[in-house]
Amino acid sequence: MSEPVPPPATGPPEAEEQAARGSFGRVLREAILEGNSFTITVLAVFTALVVGGLINAFTNTTVLHAWGNVFSAPGHAFAQAWDTAVGAYVALFEGAVFNPHTVAALFQQASIATAIHDGYLGAVFSPISETCVQATPLILAGLAVAIPYQAGMFNIGAQGQFIGGAIVATYLGYGVSLPVVVHVVVCVIGGFAGGAAIGWIVGELKARTGAHEVIVTIMLNYVLAYFLTYLLSYRYLMQAPGTVNPITPPIAGNAHLPLLFGSHLRINAGFLLALACAAGIWWLLSRTTVGFEFRSIGKNPSASRVAGISVERNWVLVMLIAGGLAGLAGATVIQGTDFTLNNQSFGTYGIDAITVALLGRGRPLGVVFAGLLFGALHAGAPLMQAATGTPVDMVEVLQAIIVLFVAAPPLIRSIYRLRAARAGGVGLVLSKGWNA
Amino acid sequence: MELELKGITRRFGSLVANDRIDLSVAPGQVHALLGENGAGKTTLMNVLYGLLQPDEGEILLDGKAVRFHTPKDAIAAGIGMVHQHFMLVPVFTVAENVTLGIEETRPPGLLDRRKTRRDVQELSRRYGLDIDPDALVENLPVGIQQRVEIVKALVRQATVLILDEPTAVLTPAETQDLFRIVRQLKAGGTSVVFISHKLKEVQAIADTITVLRRGAVVGEKPPSATEDELASMMVGRNVQLRVSKQAAKPGDVMLDVSGLTVADETGRVWVNGMSFQVRTGEILGVAGVQGNGQTELCEALMGLRPAVDGQVVLDGRDLTHATPARRLRAGIAYVPEDRQEDGLIGDFSVADNMVLDAYNQPPFASGINLNLGAIASNAAERVREFDVRTPSPQAPVGTLSGGNQQKVILARELAREHKVLIASQPTRGLDVGSIEFVHRRIVEQRDHGVAVLIVSAELDEIYALADRIAVMYEGKITGIRPPAVPAEELGRLMAGGADIVPMPAPEPPVPEPPAPAEAPEAGTS
Repeated sequence: MSEPVPPPATGPPEAEEQAARGSFGRVLREAILEGNSFTITVLAVFTALVVGGLINAFTNTTVLHAWGNVFSAPGHAFAQAWDTAVGAYVALFEGAVFNPHTVAALFQQASIATAIHDGYLGAVFSPISETCVQATPLILAGLAVAIPYQAGMFNIGAQGQFIGGAIVATYLGYGVSLPVVVHVVVCVIGGFAGGAAIGWIVGELKARTGAHEVIVTIMLNYVLAYFLTYLLSYRYLMQAPGTVNPITPPIAGNAHLPLLFGSHLRINAGFLLALACAAGIWWLLSRTTVGFEFRSIGKNPSASRVAGISVERNWVLVMLIAGGLAGLAGATVIQGTDFTLNNQSFGTYGIDAITVALLGRGRPLGVVFAGLLFGALHAGAPLMQAATGTPVDMVEVLQAIIVLFVAAPPLIRSIYRLRAARAGGVGLVLSKGWNA
Repeated sequence: MELELKGITRRFGSLVANDRIDLSVAPGQVHALLGENGAGKTTLMNVLYGLLQPDEGEILLDGKAVRFHTPKDAIAAGIGMVHQHFMLVPVFTVAENVTLGIEETRPPGLLDRRKTRRDVQELSRRYGLDIDPDALVENLPVGIQQRVEIVKALVRQATVLILDEPTAVLTPAETQDLFRIVRQLKAGGTSVVFISHKLKEVQAIADTITVLRRGAVVGEKPPSATEDELASMMVGRNVQLRVSKQAAKPGDVMLDVSGLTVADETGRVWVNGMSFQVRTGEILGVAGVQGNGQTELCEALMGLRPAVDGQVVLDGRDLTHATPARRLRAGIAYVPEDRQEDGLIGDFSVADNMVLDAYNQPPFASGINLNLGAIASNAAERVREFDVRTPSPQAPVGTLSGGNQQKVILARELAREHKVLIASQPTRGLDVGSIEFVHRRIVEQRDHGVAVLIVSAELDEIYALADRIAVMYEGKITGIRPPAVPAEELGRLMAGGADIVPMPAPEPPVPEPPAPAEAPEAGTS
């Protein structure tokens, strides 16, 4: 074009050279030292486990008794506290991931064939299978919160969308009769559509009237919960014949999600569906023009508008997809494990989805890990209670503490003496998006 | 109080933002800190105000070394700061804002509103600030809000007042008022540190000028130093303050705006039946005091605000009701007024921002697939071509300096095929080097046959660029003049054309009356 432009002195050149020389090792070291989001999250989970262990130990009567005699037998007091805390976590781990006793039992069997037939092999993998089963709806519903988060919206309505999906999937499950593979697919698609319809209402209201999605989604949670109760109250609607309970008829066997590893393990195709959705959402967000628009309106709606992006249309699309994913979560619960729908089916998935998305930092891969972690906590809780007497509610406490620490990066940073991340660090990113 | 900074050094990682800076501010002096964006002015003041800790060096007050760990310490020592972005609660009154944090109470622990109001009135009278303690801050114009910030500092007994880029948000008349207030503060014994990159203002107000470049002091000058001298100290070379350009060769009408009327959500009319044409190969400069509908005009031209009436025709195509996307495709390149809010996505990388309005066009996308390779190579090319100073094309654009951000926007807009360039305040907040760069690019566009519309509140910029000057006042064009028109004539047109008001003199006794007197009329329409 013209003569080269003289340097307008924006920053010392040494700084630029330094930055350009960023090797992988340096990046890794900085990431750890500066407390980026990944480091913070891992440390938050670790800290929560420590705090949870303390709470567990010091609410245990045996431990408290031992501490009453701390001056006469200090070693005993510490040992009791340690044993209680670690014992609970060991039981949790055995219930959620891997139990050595089941392996011992496996080796006592006469042959591999009988081991498989009698379910001893299944028992080895049963904890991990349960974790995956529990994680499936958490991952899907977590994605339903994470995508709107990326687009600057806060979806509190995973519960309502979950119910919407579950209703449609259940109805298609028992109400129509279709061949083997087709029936499953139709129900899954129905689940997506049911949730998407609820999400669409939210997006459309926001786009047309400016109604805030937080208010609308919270209210729709109530609407859907009571709508479900209504459907389950009348025989001519969805209540199962021959019962007075609020429950639907069981769905047809053809509509069940196929089990992945035989009848001894509950893990089913729903888990693969959840992973596929996470991968799909990752692709959508980072590799497509649709995701580019989502992220743009999330970061700066006015600049997006100037750049010709229709913010309103994207709001609708985001909520449509998010609702669909929460609906899929409902479908996997009905088609994978429950097979009927009652007015408790939605459990706490809607709220757990928010914590999963928060822990996963709104990113698909993060949501998968967070979903697996929470799934493991849920899966291991019953064994923990049975083996050590620690109440299952301990898991909820643990979840809450994890989220507490994840939401307070400066706290974690000060505990571990990490340097603050550079401009736009963890705390900023969170507070920006979630308050939209 | 005598303030002295000795050998202040502050590093951010490998970047040395302040390099052994020495500075001394005598009592009752206006000391200007002059430097380009990123020269380290704000860092230095944040160190002084206790927001940052220096890595080396010390701060001396009346010869005694002090350490400020928080702004609280600095305030207690008598240092006040007026930030570029005001720290006010919009729904509180002036008095409430002033007292916030140091609330006066009377037994039994009730707020002593009366005392605060008295304090504000007292200070307002003493320094001629003319502020009403009971006015709600959100209803006040920016210039008055700034005075509230000054009062906040004075109530806290500041003897050194730091003003960080105080004129960036002010109209020329408000700037004159600020200067009057600064002079009165000075007469009252308050020292003022005046941070700016505007040469003329610094010359007008300062007793001593310290020039910073790349984090270090380049030198100290009296205000009698010439503009060229100061400018070359700032950038380290001689700069052209004027763009050299040939006479325009206007061609056919490219952008034809007729009877355009634009209103906001409340129904207030901002653009009132404007008609003008921009031809290929010419630059039409729209001058005027800010707030006379320039922002709304640009937004309407881009389809961000609906036109109530009138027509916008681009190269024979009626675009009056087209979406922003269609206008971009039709060949409008747009440099928005507020680059951080409307032009860029700060958290996105430079590369992504380079394709912000072309991400769904080939070669950057095929179907819904983004072509990351094409986006990256495009970024690398544009970064080189426009000399964008960035650590890498993947760095978040928000971390770049203002000048480099503007280069990113220009690089993006000029890369798309375009027939018209609309640039609003294209060099606001930029340093001299960047201004020159942007101006040369704009003239280059004109010479390539693009129709250019420049909207600027800086008269110097209009003079430097425009081939024809349109003056906007209360949503109307009060006149279109050739570039040789004297400034007095433009000043007359900018004030509505009726009264002959000369350009603001250095110290007009009461410069306010004409504007507020006419504002209500506009408000009721």
